[in-house]
Order: sequence, then structure tokens, then C-alpha cells
Amino acid sequence: MDPWWIDAIKGFLIINIVLVCFAYTTWLERKLLSRMQGRFGPNRAGPFGLLQPIADLVKLVRKEAFMPMSASAKLYIAAPILSTFTALLAFAVIPFGAGWHIWKWDVSGVVVDAPISLVLIFALGSLGVYGFIIGGWASDSKYSTLGAMRTCAQLVSYEVSLALAVLGVVIQAGTLNLSEIVHQQGTQFWFFGPQFVGLVVFFLAGTAETSRPPFDLPEGDTEIVAGYHTEYSGMRWGLFQMSEYVHMITLSALGVTLFFGGWHGPWAPLGPLWFFLKLLVVVFLFIWMRASLPRLRYDQLMRFGWKILLPVATLNAFITALVVVAVN
Amino acid sequence: MANELIPATLKGFAVTFREIFKKPITQQYPEVKRPVYPRFRGRHQLHLHANGLEKCVGCSLCAAACPSDCIRVVADENTADNRVSAGERYARIYEINLSRCIFCGYCELACPFDAITLGNEYEISEYSRDDLIYTKDMLLGRPVKKIPVADPSIYDTPVPYYKTHS
Repeated sequence: MDPWWIDAIKGFLIINIVLVCFAYTTWLERKLLSRMQGRFGPNRAGPFGLLQPIADLVKLVRKEAFMPMSASAKLYIAAPILSTFTALLAFAVIPFGAGWHIWKWDVSGVVVDAPISLVLIFALGSLGVYGFIIGGWASDSKYSTLGAMRTCAQLVSYEVSLALAVLGVVIQAGTLNLSEIVHQQGTQFWFFGPQFVGLVVFFLAGTAETSRPPFDLPEGDTEIVAGYHTEYSGMRWGLFQMSEYVHMITLSALGVTLFFGGWHGPWAPLGPLWFFLKLLVVVFLFIWMRASLPRLRYDQLMRFGWKILLPVATLNAFITALVVVAVN
Repeated sequence: MANELIPATLKGFAVTFREIFKKPITQQYPEVKRPVYPRFRGRHQLHLHANGLEKCVGCSLCAAACPSDCIRVVADENTADNRVSAGERYARIYEINLSRCIFCGYCELACPFDAITLGNEYEISEYSRDDLIYTKDMLLGRPVKKIPVADPSIYDTPVPYYKTHS
């Protein structure tokens, strides 16, 4: 175990790195999305628009924080804080390196090495849903309530498939500890091979979990303005946006950890750099999907979730269990 | 349908990926200015005769034709020692409130002396509404900004299209 202050330093560093990653994910998304649509994207603030996230932050912080008169103030303010808090917290259990020996301390490559870290991530993800539901309800607006209901229905439906998709990896590795899962992948093979079905289900359900297009029904702009955060403005809106992007980054990190060997690389022991590169590829996939696919209709979303994804995920977990039992 | 779904989706992904490496087609406005059409209706322009006298005689027909009522003309008599226009009277005050103008061009149609025309200038935003009231001196002056105009021989047909093609 590390002394408490090493944990504190690691936590501080990781939170800041994740926040910078969030800021530049928005930049990357806007830039790539524009290129895919034949536009330039942000190119005014700094070279290649690289200062755009900072300009956005300054704009959001200085903006008037509007609140509807009939909103319930306490919940309205608490909702974005809750969702951002849980989104950032989930990154604590993601292992990003092998651990180092610095001077006379052993520093592990993860902030909190919990034995049930995978369950913790899912628990925090479920808690984060409260932020969206409370935010949508406390705004006292029809669009917000509709968005919150959609978020609720969608996240509940797809969380099942997501958990079942991960179950295959858990059965194969025989542990819920993410560091242990990464270690196993370092010594034998990466799990995306034997768990390919699990990977596909994980990616699709993860897209729905983070309500990214084509599963962006909770905030389908053409139908319900912006969903649960319709009535939010300024940095409160920014916090919701932040939680959404951090969710996406955490989920990509989880995918990399579970299926692509975490910080292990095919050659050259670069540690965290490999992790970062893989993360970038997964985030690129998310953006690419956003540019290529149209939004699902609500009934299609439900049908896809319950009738296709869930049976496939269940079957995958079941077969994995059978094979593991047969081999042992 | 289902066996077409996946190839079709992948095709869509290929299209978006290919687009990343293409040059965006956006024209970056303040740096690149697209030439306006020769008949583009921009900021108004008052004209002078070759001998330096104003063409405007202060008849107020433009003000009467204006649907948004943004032209104000106050006429005065020309005298022997103060000859401003070629006619009997001249416009002592000629103001156009460009924050109300809709650039319909009715004023130039109404004018019997071709004294007012709509020019090509379109970058006329100001920080104050007062600055958008153009006085006679401003309207008589040449445009400050250089606006690229497309070649009239390409776009400006002397005989209207509908007369030759109907």
C-alpha cells in the first residue's frame, strides 16, 4: 500500500489529466467531425484552434447561470455536480501503468486498487444516472423530463448488456480486479480475441450508456431540444457536458483495460503511453460513429437493446463459462 | 434487408473516413471574399453629374416608394449663388436609416434621375444604431471597402433570361 500522500498526488494528477483529456476530446471531436463533413472546425483560437477548449471554458464560466423560476433549486444545482463527481471518480480504479519504484517508495499504476474495481465502476455509472434524472426532473420543463425519462430507460436497458458483456472477461480472468485482469493479459493474450463477441456488445452498449450517437436519444436535439439539460446554462451545463465526455473516456479506458491489454503494448514497454494511444483510437471510433450513423428511433433502440444485444451478451457469457469449466 | 445492412453501414463509415483527408470546401469569409453578383444590392450610393452637380432634385419619390420608410428627404430651392443640383430644387437633407432598410431597390426604381443606386458594399455593421443612419455626405462618398464583383459578362445578361427562353 502507498502512503496516503502518494495516493493524493496520484489522484490529483489523474483528475487533471482526465480533465485535460476531456477538453481536448471536445476539440478533437469538433475538428474530426467537421473534417468528415467537409468543414474546417475550430481554427480561430490559436494554431489549429488548439486554444478553443480554453476559450469555451472562459465563455462558460462567465456566462449567466440561468435557473427556471419553478425549478427546485437545491436539486437543480446538485444534479450536475453529482454526475460530474461520479464520472470523475470512476477513473480512480483504471490501471494506467505497471507501477514504478521512485526513490524509496513503490508507486502503483492505479489510484485505488480495489479488489472489486469493476463492480465499483458499474456502481458509480449507475449513480451517475441519478444526476441526469434529478437534473431533468428538477428543471420542471417538459423537454427535460422527457429527456430524463429517456435517459433512465436507455441506461437501464443497456447497462444489463454492458455488464453481461464484461462478464465474459471476468469469467475468463477469474477476477474483478482490473489490475489483475491487465496483468493476465500481459502474461498470456489480450482478451479481445477470445472475447470478440463481448467486445462488440461492450462497444455498442457502451455507446448507448454514454448516450453518444447513434444512441443519443436522451438529448436528441431534433426532438426534445437537449433532453435533461435543456434548462441548464453556463458552467452547470458545462458540468453535464463534462460528465458525459468523462463517461465516454472512462468507458473507452475500461474497454482498453478489459479487451486490449491496458498499458501493455505489442512491443516496447511504454506503459501509460500505450494506454493513452489505445484510448485515443477508441475515442476516435466513438467520433467516427457519430459522423457516420443516424440516430435510432425509440422503438428500434429498445428492440436492439433487449432483443439482440441482451441475448447475444447472455449467450457469450454462458458459452465462456462452459468453455472455462471444460478447460479446467 | 438485413444482409444489405452491414455492407451499407460499412460503406457509410468508409465515406466519412475518406472525407477526413479531403480539403474542406468552406470558404473562410473574412480572408476569402466571394465576388458578389454584378446586380447585388448593397449600400446605397448617391450620384453626381459629370459637372459636379448632384443628380438628386429632392423630389422624395424614393421616400414614397420605400416600404420600410427609412429614407428622409428635406428639399430646398437652388439659388444662383448656391446651386447644388441640376434641377430647380435639391435635397438639403438626405438620410437613409440602414438599420431599417431591406435593400429591396425600390428607391432606385422610383428615382426619375438615377440619382440613387444600390452599390455592392455589404459590410455595414456598426456598434451603434446611430452610426447606421447614413447622411448625404456619406452616401455621396465613394465606398471605403473594396468589394470584389464578379465579371458582368458572365452573370449580367443584357437580355433577361425569360425573354429568350420562353
